[in-house]
Amino acid sequence: MTREETETSGEDMMIDDPKPKIENDFNVHYLRIYYGNLFPYTDIHKWLSYGHDGKHPGCDEYYFGRREFSFTLENDVYLRYKSFKNASLMEAAIKSNFPYKIDIGAVYSVDPDKRHAYAQSGTNLFTPVERELVFDIDITDYDDVRYCCSGADVCSKCWPLMTVAIKVIDTSLREDFGFKHILWVFSGRRGVHCWVCDAKARRLTNEQRSAVAEYFRVYKGNENNAKKVDLMGHSLHPFLARSYVDFIKSFFEGELQATQSIFSSKEKYEKILGMITDEDIQADLRGKWENSARSSLSEEATSLLRWEQLKKALQSKRNKALSLRTCVEEIVFTFTYPRIDLEVSKQMNHLLKAPFCVHPKTGRVCVPIDPNNCDEFDPLAVPTLSQLIEEINSGGLRMDVDDDDSDSSLLGKSIKFFRSSFLEPLLKSCKEEIESSYKTKIAKTKDSFSW
Amino acid sequence: MEVIRSQKRTVSNDVVSTPTLPLYLTAPHMEVRLEEFELFAIDRLRVLKGVSDGLARARNPNEMDDLVETLWKEHMRLSNVSEMINKDIISHFVLRLVYCRSDELKKWFLSMETALFRHRFRLKKIEEQRAIVGEFGLPYKAVIGAELESLKERLGLVARSHGQISSDGTCNMLYFDPMFTLSHLAVKLVPFLMEKFLSFLSFAVENIYYKVPFEEVPDLVASRRVLLQKGFAFVAGTQLVSLVVTQFRSHLSKALILTNRKWTTTIREREKDRLTPIVEALSTSYLGPDYSQSNEYADISLKDIDQVSKSSFPLCMRHLFEKLREDHHLKHGGRMQLGLFLKGVGLKLDDALAFWREEFTKKVGSERFDKEYAYAIRHNYGKEGKRTDYTPYACSKIITSAPGAGDHHGCPYRHFSEDNLKAALSRMGLSSRGMEDVMDKVRNRHYQLACTLTFEAVYGTSCDTGINHPNQYFEESQKILKSKTPAAPV
Repeated sequence: MTREETETSGEDMMIDDPKPKIENDFNVHYLRIYYGNLFPYTDIHKWLSYGHDGKHPGCDEYYFGRREFSFTLENDVYLRYKSFKNASLMEAAIKSNFPYKIDIGAVYSVDPDKRHAYAQSGTNLFTPVERELVFDIDITDYDDVRYCCSGADVCSKCWPLMTVAIKVIDTSLREDFGFKHILWVFSGRRGVHCWVCDAKARRLTNEQRSAVAEYFRVYKGNENNAKKVDLMGHSLHPFLARSYVDFIKSFFEGELQATQSIFSSKEKYEKILGMITDEDIQADLRGKWENSARSSLSEEATSLLRWEQLKKALQSKRNKALSLRTCVEEIVFTFTYPRIDLEVSKQMNHLLKAPFCVHPKTGRVCVPIDPNNCDEFDPLAVPTLSQLIEEINSGGLRMDVDDDDSDSSLLGKSIKFFRSSFLEPLLKSCKEEIESSYKTKIAKTKDSFSW
Repeated sequence: MEVIRSQKRTVSNDVVSTPTLPLYLTAPHMEVRLEEFELFAIDRLRVLKGVSDGLARARNPNEMDDLVETLWKEHMRLSNVSEMINKDIISHFVLRLVYCRSDELKKWFLSMETALFRHRFRLKKIEEQRAIVGEFGLPYKAVIGAELESLKERLGLVARSHGQISSDGTCNMLYFDPMFTLSHLAVKLVPFLMEKFLSFLSFAVENIYYKVPFEEVPDLVASRRVLLQKGFAFVAGTQLVSLVVTQFRSHLSKALILTNRKWTTTIREREKDRLTPIVEALSTSYLGPDYSQSNEYADISLKDIDQVSKSSFPLCMRHLFEKLREDHHLKHGGRMQLGLFLKGVGLKLDDALAFWREEFTKKVGSERFDKEYAYAIRHNYGKEGKRTDYTPYACSKIITSAPGAGDHHGCPYRHFSEDNLKAALSRMGLSSRGMEDVMDKVRNRHYQLACTLTFEAVYGTSCDTGINHPNQYFEESQKILKSKTPAAPV
């Protein structure tokens, strides 16, 4: 088995067992049925064509063919620089390979298949020209602030961290950056991906992508510093202030206390005390909390009480030291603010897992998430391969992507949502753009004929 | 731009009226003398290499401002302003020809010219800066009226989030609302009022906000120094640098591609007897003294040579020397590199002959030495053939040489494996900490900086100019050692 050029993609996928266990709801046989009957080839093709369907004279019929895909097959075989001229070729390739994972890369200047022909001269002519602006949020990046799970696990207590992240980032992408065509996708196990598909976003350079990612970055942590969020200055930037007021403050003081009880044990509260730069306040609070260790309050109530005590202690000394002014916010941000994987966003050629893939470890489908209803999303209720296969077997339904009854089936809801709230508005906007740039081009050539 | 051989240079009137920081948007219409073509470019190259050195040493922006000012004065200053501007423009366009020819050259030139522009811009007064922004023809309008009103509070938050606050706790960033400021002033005492009024005037001039698509100011977005709304960034007058530098870089990047095309299709062939050789030489040129004439510091005699090799030779020459002593032989590349170095160091021809003879005869016998090797040594000293007095190799030449099997020449920082280099450095007496710093530079391909750091570690002193030539290393080393023990031979 050969291994071609590798590229790290969003989620670290190591297939430990050569034979996936059936209790994980995943096996190769089911995967074949999934790709044979359920995967929405036409929708994915329509999306990635961005309106270049050949129907309008301004279309670029080779656009889809210049997109890179990669397949990860059974036994870790990795195939990069795959490209397809049209939807049926893509479908045929997937149905003959049954990849464990499909990644989507950039649209290049030439067909990825032909890249070697263009790499001869000193200057490189095989370069990415368009690529969605993407984000990857993985809950393992929050391991230092979640106490219910760690590593690959996720539960209803810590998943809300993802929900808050979606809200903060989605709002900012729309309000601050003016983007409109945003797709949020469940990564299949423990995180979310975001695809920003506006034309402007697709044409951003690496430097500009990096700038957006850094704009979102607040947490700068590693095991060596106790204080990983440093909000300097006399006020918060309006973006951070809005995120705080609209989303993360209430989350911290409500749901987080209930699910994580971040003050309830010495080990937990020492971590927070370490973020307060004033030693007197630290000692004062430590004293209070050690004494009340055997109180009869519930964990949640204890946590809330101690949070109030902490705020009060800081409030009284607010005006004495600049570093204490933002301490409350810093603690809140440390526990709740989104932590994105910067490397995924910064480079155009970075590959990211395609929506509607199936995660090999969990068997769950990577379904879209509605950012306006993300509170309702439950990662543990996402359809698994075996559930889908079961549904086919019992209903005897052959899943037809154009079937109007499809929204009643497990996967149908997701596909319908993908189409109506993401794909249709996107394609409408793409058509308008193709139309208008075509008109501009025609007008220009008309001018050049003037005598 | 027309290159001529005549004595006089005619200059178009346009040049005189441009501001003192040209944007190099279009090639100028002027005639340039052939000598100036090369000399101006070399001076500018000195400035760019100085900038490169400053960046590699991670100087902070204020230090870079000072460095650029110093470099510019030293290399680009002329008696009158219009002459200076001409030199500025001519040198830039010549270097475009030189550095458009490969991706690596383009990347270097783009980075250095952008950095140079950034810091020259920062040194200008605000009115000049605004004039330069105008020059670019950027379509950005100042934010006024109702739109400004709706943004005011948040703009203030952005400013405060970066600590721009006065001692009385009020925010210094006025967002140009005369009504707001006047009502604020009305309640103050008269002298205080006057002072505030005057400072208000200067603020009002400076703190205008421009509405700019966010992609145009990536560094301001990344550091959250601007307010964003629906894809637009609101850039303060004082943040113009970012805007302008992005434009400059983008424009120059595109221009280099066009220049390259022109170069490969027409210019290179057309100018092959005149400008092309100059252009091709410039990108690898060494710009320091050539050490062809040794000076008083460097007269060494044979009996001292072993000691001197351990105390003052740079790693490349030390290695060659040790190998020569070990193998009693060196291949051609090594003989040239070491032989010319020794000449630069002050070894006279007779001593050189004796030195090489002593080693080589251990292997090849004295007859063969006289027949095959002595001639070449004499040739190096200009005593044979066309009598060219060859100059010792500079670092740039040594680094780009390609030692093959059995060769020991080249630059150890470039050509040695990591393990071998570490072993060699530890033999020179570097601590593991010092070695790590050097290895870090090596990994980032700053070979000369690695050698400079080695020098600094060995002699416990800093070398601000950086090492560009093995003989420079030797001379500087001798200076230091002699100042410590004036009497004894070092």
